[in-house]
Amino acid sequence: MSTDYRRLTRDGLWDNNVVFSQLLALCPLLAVTASATNGLGMGLATTAVLMASGATVAVFRHFITPAVRIPVFVLIIATIVTAVDMAMNAWVHDLHKVLGLFIPLIVTNCAILGRAESFASKQALGPALYDGLMMGLGFTLALVVLGATREIIGSGTLFANASLLLGQAFSFLELRLIPDYHGFLLVTLPPGGFLALGFLLAAKRRLDARLARRAEARALAVAAAES
Amino acid sequence: MNAPLVSGPHTHQARSVSRIMALVMLALLPATLLGFYNFGWPAITLFAVTVLTAVLAEAGCLLIAGKPVRPFLLDGSALLTGWLLAMTLPPWAPWWLGVVGSLLAIVVAKQVFGGIGQNLFNPAMVARVALLIAFPLQMTTFVGPQPLSSPNAPSFLEGVAITFGDEAKLDAVSGATPLGHVRTELDRGTELTQALNGYYAPLSASLGDTSGSLGETSALLILLGGLFLLFKRVISWHIPVAMLATLGLLAAVFHGFDPTRYPGAGFHLLSGGALLGAFFIATDLVTSPVSARGQLVFGAGCGMLVYVIRTWAGYPEGVAFAVMLMNACTPLIDHYIRPRIYGRDRAGQPMVYDVQSGEKS
Repeated sequence: MSTDYRRLTRDGLWDNNVVFSQLLALCPLLAVTASATNGLGMGLATTAVLMASGATVAVFRHFITPAVRIPVFVLIIATIVTAVDMAMNAWVHDLHKVLGLFIPLIVTNCAILGRAESFASKQALGPALYDGLMMGLGFTLALVVLGATREIIGSGTLFANASLLLGQAFSFLELRLIPDYHGFLLVTLPPGGFLALGFLLAAKRRLDARLARRAEARALAVAAAES
Repeated sequence: MNAPLVSGPHTHQARSVSRIMALVMLALLPATLLGFYNFGWPAITLFAVTVLTAVLAEAGCLLIAGKPVRPFLLDGSALLTGWLLAMTLPPWAPWWLGVVGSLLAIVVAKQVFGGIGQNLFNPAMVARVALLIAFPLQMTTFVGPQPLSSPNAPSFLEGVAITFGDEAKLDAVSGATPLGHVRTELDRGTELTQALNGYYAPLSASLGDTSGSLGETSALLILLGGLFLLFKRVISWHIPVAMLATLGLLAAVFHGFDPTRYPGAGFHLLSGGALLGAFFIATDLVTSPVSARGQLVFGAGCGMLVYVIRTWAGYPEGVAFAVMLMNACTPLIDHYIRPRIYGRDRAGQPMVYDVQSGEKS
């Protein structure tokens, strides 16, 4: 069975995006996206876990009986998350302090168990790894977009403290978009997360509808030209 | 009920949404005009900005949603929402507070839910609460009255300048509301009678000669507007009476226990947004229960929450929070308190009448 990698890419990043289409993993999404940097860190950590767990599950898929699959998946994911947690604590300690509790909680991120169950347990190593990467990047995209939206409206900055995550070389990312901004506290608080997510979902659906209409019009034009 | 028994379909009185909205605005007019007079040009500018934004936001949302713009816009509901919101803002607040508030009220609290009649929460109160949480400083900077006729009132240009960002002038004249002042003083351990001294007099609270939000300072004029709405049958008496009675009763009881700690019923009823909330905000037709008994429960809940929030919670004023919390309870109240179905008892069982005597058997 050949794998359609373009399809996997499209699914992970847009059509079947963890957040914008499946509406999974909302808890970490809403909790850490008060700034774009936090979103990026959380997204990259989740991507690493998604890839590693997908690969492990795919490799061992013939040994895991259906009856015990869920506990085994959870065990695999928990092991990997613990490793990622410790690695972040060692190498990006300051960001680890900010994200704090949410790194261990990646274990309960339903997107990861969902991908293990619905994709990795039925696929070979290569596609599972690639799917993990694309789903993870899609999740990161959602986290960064939501984080950036909330950060710009909430405190007038973008990628504040990015150097904590990426090193001093990336401190040029730290922007102060609106000088002397009073701050819109509500947007950085949890209700703002829900509101911003709702508006982003609406925007995506509107965009999708428009794309679908355009594709339909093109198909009609082609059909008319042929007849 | 002397009306003759006729079979359906029944005609009904032609009372359109726009007529109700017009009556409510008429009732709000005296208190608003007094607010304009007392707080001068900055208040008028802020009011204009807030109402204009509300109407524009409504038009924009209707356009995006593909609904007919003219009929929905002309029903006046967006105008009224902006008006009510402006009434609850500090009169010398900066312009962007009104703009953000109106956008929150119309876009987030009303149109996202599906437009007029679909919203779960009172739009003006959603906006007020969101603003209070997001901009605590600007939302609690009040000024004392500076009547238009007095010499130190800002001129038209100065007023516009204050609304559009001249904060230095604001600092010079800001003053706490009676509710805010009493809360601060009590927290510092001052005795109540001393705290009230110079900050509260029943007469000035009734006439509106005190600091507070744009349209809520004059208890008398708001009461007048409320009675007008009652007389016109736009609202029924259940919610305002239940709310004010509960608030007054709780205040009186606690005042009786410890007069040095708890202000009396008069202070609570005449201060802040109690009357405005009871007559104009809690009675919103969309977000309050439909049955009379449900409305009594709703009003009593509002009154109780207002007292609890004012007395023990973190904010000196709680009308907006109380109304929103009870809005959230409205579906529950409507579920449990249903009107009796005609011909059935309260449990829903058919009533059996003895035909001869007409008694219920």
